[in-house]
Amino acid sequence: MSVLVILIPVSLFLGLLGLVGFLWTIRTHQYEDPVGEASRILLNFDDEGPRDKTEN
Amino acid sequence: MTAACAAAPFAMELADTSTGIQLSVPSIHCASCIGAIERHFSKVPGVQDARVNATQKRVAVQSNLSADVLVQELNSIGYEAFPLDDDALKNDADPVCRDLILRMGVAGFAMMNVMLLSVAVWTGATDATRDLFHLLSAAIAVPAVIFSASPFLKNAIHALKGGRLNMDVPISLAIVLAAGMSLYESLHGGAHAYFDAALSLTFFLMIGRYLEHQTKSAARSAAAELAALEVHRADRKVGNEIESVAVKDLFIGDTILVGSGMRVPVDGRLQTQTACTDRSFLTGESEPIEHTKHEPLCAGEINLGAPFEIIATAIGANTRLRRIAELVETAENARNSYTSLADKAAQIYAPVVHVLAAATFLAWILINGDVRNALNIAIAVLIITCPCALGLAVPAVSTAAISRLYQMGFLVKSGTALERLALAKTMIFDKTGTLTAPGFSFGIKDLSPTQRAIAKGLAQQSSHPLSKALAQHLTEDVAAQIENIFEHPGLGVEGAWKGRKVALGKPAWLNQPGDALTLKVGGTACPLLSYENVLPGAEYLISDLDLLGISSQIISGDTEANTERLARKLGFGSWRSNVSPEQKAMCVKQCSLAGPVCMVGDGINDTAALAQANVSIAPGTALDATRNAADIVMIGDGLGSIPKVVSVSRKAVNLSKQNFGIAILHSVIAVPIAMAGFATPLIAALAMSTSSITVLLNAMRVRLGK
Repeated sequence: MSVLVILIPVSLFLGLLGLVGFLWTIRTHQYEDPVGEASRILLNFDDEGPRDKTEN
Repeated sequence: MTAACAAAPFAMELADTSTGIQLSVPSIHCASCIGAIERHFSKVPGVQDARVNATQKRVAVQSNLSADVLVQELNSIGYEAFPLDDDALKNDADPVCRDLILRMGVAGFAMMNVMLLSVAVWTGATDATRDLFHLLSAAIAVPAVIFSASPFLKNAIHALKGGRLNMDVPISLAIVLAAGMSLYESLHGGAHAYFDAALSLTFFLMIGRYLEHQTKSAARSAAAELAALEVHRADRKVGNEIESVAVKDLFIGDTILVGSGMRVPVDGRLQTQTACTDRSFLTGESEPIEHTKHEPLCAGEINLGAPFEIIATAIGANTRLRRIAELVETAENARNSYTSLADKAAQIYAPVVHVLAAATFLAWILINGDVRNALNIAIAVLIITCPCALGLAVPAVSTAAISRLYQMGFLVKSGTALERLALAKTMIFDKTGTLTAPGFSFGIKDLSPTQRAIAKGLAQQSSHPLSKALAQHLTEDVAAQIENIFEHPGLGVEGAWKGRKVALGKPAWLNQPGDALTLKVGGTACPLLSYENVLPGAEYLISDLDLLGISSQIISGDTEANTERLARKLGFGSWRSNVSPEQKAMCVKQCSLAGPVCMVGDGINDTAALAQANVSIAPGTALDATRNAADIVMIGDGLGSIPKVVSVSRKAVNLSKQNFGIAILHSVIAVPIAMAGFATPLIAALAMSTSSITVLLNAMRVRLGK
């Protein structure tokens, strides 16, 4: 069972990593135009990503 | 250092000259639209930045060009665009949505981690390992539950303070007790911990709440966009110059130019010799109204003739339009007293479950006197009675139904609007603008081809709206050559055709009886009866509503003759005419004594009635005060689909009730197991997920069928 000493921190760390990634997606406005973001992958030119509305 | 100081003000200046402009582009639908628009704007000088939002079908442009120039740029590459009013969109940023996603995400990630640890316990971890897993779960679950479930807890506390019971009360109780009991058990080396149940309950319900918020805010932002499309500007005349100013910046005494087809922006007195306006928004009258110099005009009237000038006499809140709109606030609101289906269910469900749990607790104390064991079993009963499925029963269905109606062109602004619509027994229609379209058709069956040709020749030469409508109506005829045409403003046109005197105009002017537009060729006169155009879809409306058991009637501010003619044509059983806005609201109130009433209307004179009715529908062409008073806004030619909206709403209510049935069925199976003390966290997790998933799948059925 001593393997748990490694596995539990690893699983907690991975979970935390996922959460941090999720927070990043919210902070960068990735849920404001689901239809648009889905189709932008088909465009040939580079895209700088969604922008903060409040900056305007 | 100096360089930085010099650069900074320059950057500030740049930022000041460019402004953000929002354009609505309804035809955006794919990746190539996004690409075409953004690439085009990247080439336009003066545009710093453009970004398409395909979900809202809008383009946000950073530029120092005016909105009109940007619209032309979009037109040049084949996209129709409309500038949106910034003020109306101000409340559009949605912090609630981000907040819900955040809470949902935290609950989701915490649930996944705790579930991993729980699976280890369920597969046989014992003693110190199990206690360690429970404590780890507690460390993740307790903060996550406190953060994610706080909206439920706040709602529940709010409801209890108000002496009411809503669905959040049993949900909060289950979450708090599950987390609290599990924490106690973990600290004391107990066998069962329900952290995963508390978290998955929070997570599933958060999904429901997020979806519900999304659909409602999509409908609301579309409604806000309708308001933003009306750019509130007026043309003010200063000396010989004409400047475009915001309506709110007008002053009493300003001279304002009202172009053809434009709305009069403020109350005023006519400065031009004659004018002809459509006042149906205010009074429901369908006939164009003639005005002569110095006559008062009200804000909201539409100019049907040539451009005219007015001098402003009342602005802002003092205009007649706004005073009528304020009637809404004074009208007693019937829908505030409506109890939603979910709350009704909660009022039955919560006491039953809480009594069951209490009875279980007491029974187990009597059986073996172990308080801790009895409490554990009682809490298992609370968790297993599927508050999750019950919490999802209504939102899952209404979300699916609202998004289906959204695709049909109906914006549902209020969550309980569908439930209220499903109950409607009577549907009251306004006439002008709701059942009829602007414009007229004419009774020309009795006319000879020559007479029609003369009528067209005369009508083409006049700027009067009735003449214009007549010329349009006679599409297939070739206009006759009329000489010496002279228009008598407000009376008619006359001229000569092959040496004979011909005229078209008011009957009194031509010495004829009646009040219909009259054509006179030589000595013979014939009246041309005008009819209002009926909106597409109105023909089958009454029979379709009858099939649904809904009786319909017309209440109009127009004349008896016009109202009766339309009512008979469409098959309405009853109608009332010459009704004032206040009387309309009273009529609705009287009808609602017999059963719930749905009001459909577009005019400012319907606004009080719309607010008074149990549920209300307004067309998208209505003024924003009217749209705000309605629960449902229909875009495009939605009139014929109203019966379909009613049947979707009834189906939604049925499915919600079925969902309650499914949730109760699960409880009936699971509760005896829990009361007998055989429930484990594994059984609780299974019961919760199966019932929630069946409820969600059942809700999807609202999208099926015609």
